[in-house]
Amino acid sequence: MSTTNNAGLEQNGLIAVRRSTHSPIFTLVGALILVVLLTAAPWIVPAEIATTLMNFFILVIMATMWNLLAGYAGMISIGQQAFVGLGAYATLYFALKGVNPFVTIPLSALACAVIAVPVTYLVFRLRGGYFSIATWVIADTAMLIIGTIAMLGGGTGRLMPGLQNLSPSETAHYSYLATWIVALVVVVGTYYLLRSRLGLVLASIRDNEVAARSAGANVRSARRIVFVVAAAGCGAAGAVLAISQPFIQPTNEFNMQWAAEMLFVSMIGGLGTIEGPIIGSIIFFVLQQTLQQQGVWYLIIFGTFAVAIALWQPRGLWGAFRDRFHTELLPVGHWVREIKAE
Amino acid sequence: MIWLNVIIQGVLLGGFYALFACGLSLMFGVLKVINLAHGDMAVVAAYVAVFLTPHLHIPEVWSFLIVVPIFGLIGYVVQRTLIQKSIDRDPFTTLLVTFGLSVVIENLLLEVYTANGQTVNIGALITKSWHPASIIYISYVSLAVLAAAVLVLALLQLFLSYTGTGRLVRAVADDREAAQLSGANYRHIFGIAAAIAFATVAMAGIAFGMMTQFAPTSGGVNLLFAFEAVVIGGIGSLWGTLVGGIALGVAQQFGAHLNPQYQVLAGNLLFLVVLAIRPQGLFGKRTALL
Repeated sequence: MSTTNNAGLEQNGLIAVRRSTHSPIFTLVGALILVVLLTAAPWIVPAEIATTLMNFFILVIMATMWNLLAGYAGMISIGQQAFVGLGAYATLYFALKGVNPFVTIPLSALACAVIAVPVTYLVFRLRGGYFSIATWVIADTAMLIIGTIAMLGGGTGRLMPGLQNLSPSETAHYSYLATWIVALVVVVGTYYLLRSRLGLVLASIRDNEVAARSAGANVRSARRIVFVVAAAGCGAAGAVLAISQPFIQPTNEFNMQWAAEMLFVSMIGGLGTIEGPIIGSIIFFVLQQTLQQQGVWYLIIFGTFAVAIALWQPRGLWGAFRDRFHTELLPVGHWVREIKAE
Repeated sequence: MIWLNVIIQGVLLGGFYALFACGLSLMFGVLKVINLAHGDMAVVAAYVAVFLTPHLHIPEVWSFLIVVPIFGLIGYVVQRTLIQKSIDRDPFTTLLVTFGLSVVIENLLLEVYTANGQTVNIGALITKSWHPASIIYISYVSLAVLAAAVLVLALLQLFLSYTGTGRLVRAVADDREAAQLSGANYRHIFGIAAAIAFATVAMAGIAFGMMTQFAPTSGGVNLLFAFEAVVIGGIGSLWGTLVGGIALGVAQQFGAHLNPQYQVLAGNLLFLVVLAIRPQGLFGKRTALL
């Protein structure tokens, strides 16, 4: 067969290192078709479906960010709703100041990133489970502080201004597009982030933190970058949430349920894979739509399913699929393959 | 006098937080497990006391006599099955599994018992209080809860210091492998620690139901306070948990005195200040963090 011409070990003809086991052309063409379809969706599908898709995108954004934190950087946060809420309230604040709500999305994400920096200096003092609790305290504190600010509606909430001069169909189309673009930017951004040098550092920390440190990886700063990026992403999710459901209330925006959904979706789909949270979100929405009439049963079933996955299939559904078929739609790792001696 | 009352009420509240938190402290100290379903277990105990023990013709006041041992048993079984299985994976799995359980339990309770508030009926005792000075009222129930917290912590300390099983628990907590090499069955010891933790959380849950109204969502808030008490007092220190609980209770009462909106906020701020200047807590060892 072919002779190997790669560096290092590969020169001996013993192993081959590849990004992907199949041609990236398939993924690229598939992704392009999907992007075109989803961009045109609000003009094609009925309004209810577009609304469901929007909520789906919001969940995908949050889950992708949570997966970046937990699956790649080993930080289990149960307080990401802090940044969802702060993002929503930043949007409300800017809109009250007269900025177009759609323009505020990147501003809100930036605001959350700025707030996240000092937060890391506090919460990084604790590890493992106590880190999780600290993030929760941060979320609770942020909610309580926001609830005391009368200008932002205090504890009862306030309607987001700036959307009323658009027609209902314009509002629906624009907010759909905004949500979809944010989701696309977050997923593609995460993909490139993980293929960068930072992604390599994160992989080395995940595999062996002590070895990564001794090889010169700056573990703390890598984690800090991830935490800030995840805060910005959740802030953007909060901003589009505020636009799609324009009555802003502390108990809704800072709801613990956001954290629960991000976590379940990532676990079921597969921690540490980009595809996992997306697949988990699809399963979540199918279940939620099917069991709509049965109150909170969808959450009970989904939670039980997530616990079972964590115990018996910790790599999640996509992780299990990938391990069996050696395939990734969005390859961020490398496959090492042994070449059979002739 | 007003401030004295604030401090007294804070200490009483702190006693409840300590009772709530000591199981958490024990689980973390011995099993190195953070049980995020701890608060929901307490709420389940309170629901059992209200809805199931009346069927056995036991007055709700005495329901803890039957609920606490049952929860001890449940703790042992849950540890030997679910929690042990997740410990065998890695520490992350225990967090994910217990958080998942917490959400499932909370929503199941919502589905079965609705979001309506419930109380553990203790008759006229709820309104009785000791009235030592003009504006100071000390509720007998709160006093009993504080006394129960001190008693539970003292008994735990005696158990860990003077009994053979207690020594085994400490040995496993210090160094699991070494204890195993000396013949200790660490899974059984973990089960015993979990049994004690669940029994104390059942007490805390019923105490909560006696003191105030509870609903399916009460677990999360109280868990947050319990964790704050543990971190303020110092991770892995039993008496530190009592001091942490009292510090948290006093901070919350001060906040509430300024403005009822600030009650929880004041506690959270105390937690964040402790985290910023003394992350190992008031009585903790530096090593507990790493």
